[in-house]
Amino acid sequence: MGRESYGFQGEKMNNLKGIYALWYREFKVFVREKSRLGFSVINPLVWLLVVGGGLGSVVSISGVNYKTFIYPGILIQSVVFSSIFFGVYIILDKKIDFLKEVLVAPISRTAMFVGKVVGGSTDALIEIVTLLVIGYILESMGILTGVSINFVSGIVSLGFLLTTTVAMVSLGLIIGSQMESTEGFQLVASFLLFPLFFLSGALFPITNLPSWLSPIVLLNPITYSVDGLRGVLIGISKFNIGLDFGVIGVFALITISIGTYAFKRMEV
Amino acid sequence: MNIIDIKNLTKKYKEITAVDDLNLQIKEGEIFGLLGPNGAGKTTTLLMLTTLRKPSSGTATINNFDIVRQPDNVRKSIGIVFQDPSSDEILTGYENLKLHGLLYGMPGDLAERRIKEVLELVDLTKRKNDMVKKYSGGMRRRLEIARGLMHHPKVLFLDEPTLGLDPQARGHIWGYIKKLAQEERITIVITTHYMDEADNLCGRLAIIDKGKIIVSGSSRELKKKFGGDIVRLKARNLNISALKKLKYVNKVEKRDDEVSLTVEDTNEHLQEILVLVGKVESVEVHSPTLDDVFIHYTGRTIREGAPEGGWAEKAMAFRAKR
Repeated sequence: MGRESYGFQGEKMNNLKGIYALWYREFKVFVREKSRLGFSVINPLVWLLVVGGGLGSVVSISGVNYKTFIYPGILIQSVVFSSIFFGVYIILDKKIDFLKEVLVAPISRTAMFVGKVVGGSTDALIEIVTLLVIGYILESMGILTGVSINFVSGIVSLGFLLTTTVAMVSLGLIIGSQMESTEGFQLVASFLLFPLFFLSGALFPITNLPSWLSPIVLLNPITYSVDGLRGVLIGISKFNIGLDFGVIGVFALITISIGTYAFKRMEV
Repeated sequence: MNIIDIKNLTKKYKEITAVDDLNLQIKEGEIFGLLGPNGAGKTTTLLMLTTLRKPSSGTATINNFDIVRQPDNVRKSIGIVFQDPSSDEILTGYENLKLHGLLYGMPGDLAERRIKEVLELVDLTKRKNDMVKKYSGGMRRRLEIARGLMHHPKVLFLDEPTLGLDPQARGHIWGYIKKLAQEERITIVITTHYMDEADNLCGRLAIIDKGKIIVSGSSRELKKKFGGDIVRLKARNLNISALKKLKYVNKVEKRDDEVSLTVEDTNEHLQEILVLVGKVESVEVHSPTLDDVFIHYTGRTIREGAPEGGWAEKAMAFRAKR
């Protein structure tokens, strides 16, 4: 009986299997660490009900209650935060030798990066669907009036949220690939996250902003995710949906390219 | 046939030369040991051979593939068990192996067959569905050894395979390494700073210090090069110069009122030595260990500089973090 030492299958097949392998791992771990999903859902709900509910008792914007107004923003916030922080797991893999085990496998660095992105995005996808379902329930209970979640808006929302997720997971992985400590990662991630979130229009309308603030908000790619999603879910938006999707899509492509490059250069 | 051929392999960092112009051939089917103190350059050498770090200059071939120019082919030819734990402890033993099979592009049925075989080999079949965090340090090492073997590598690298394990677990791991060397018929390269480990497992070994190979050969050859047994005498007024004149005494070292001699054919000559030195307080004779060989060539003991951060502690720290 011949022993097959190497080259079980073609290179392309190997890379696809490699991507599946990394996804398989992330998914298994995510399913087992149920607290991860729990916290990623509870946190946005607290924002929505406490900040949204509190301010909503006195504030309404463009004719909708404040709570309703920030619901799309909170969805984006939730995936942005958990997606970027997904990058921390690569540092934990570095701390032991798991990362080396992956790096020494005969798959390309691109496949490795894609596998990680797919894995992280799956986690976020579960979170997104959960939050959309909760939104639907809250809407039908009369707590989130004005949010329209149906089949079509659900699918388009998923498109926006997933594109944002892919961009942010890539961003997190870029940071993670460059850092040695989780503390350092948290510092850098927080430094990026807060402006990304607060300057995105998630919590306020971006029409009539002060002139010094306006350009910063318009440079923030997350602004376009929020604007697009808000357009889809409650019909309020500043830009054309195509522009929104284009900006976030291009941003995702840029982060994917940089991420792939960062992974190729990563040494252990 | 040389399965590994290292040619002028060098790795320089800003100020230090971690691996300095290394030349070494390893034959197919042998268990070869890289023995040296911590920081000698063993792990750096291993990382270069496994394509994880690029050499500053020089290269090596593994299974006739160049580590610099054909890293993908090299990767398919090797398996490696890293110094630190490298399995995911939230996954079960079986899942870790399945992941490995996928990473190496193994067809599903072949992977399943190999998982069964290697689990059998390291006696973990019964625990395959337990999460790795429930494994002991020794079990986790065994799992990682099994994993390194799964894709039928030509060469298996083991980086400090028993670091941080208790003596009993070490003995077990040694047993498994010997068994798999026979059953899987592969070349095994071990780095270690434990002399007994190198002595016990390796057919041939190279003693490495400060990035250079000091001496290589079988454990017996190395000890032979040492030039005899070590005789330690404790006595007052030792006649050192008379001892030095003896032809079968190769080396005389004095420390306080103790003297250490390297003596050829001790059995024949011990009597004469004792007559010459007269009354002694104590005599101790032992055959040279690899540590003696190391001291002989470097003037230091291999133990200087204790291992930093044991394997088990790192695993615990990781567990706490995650």
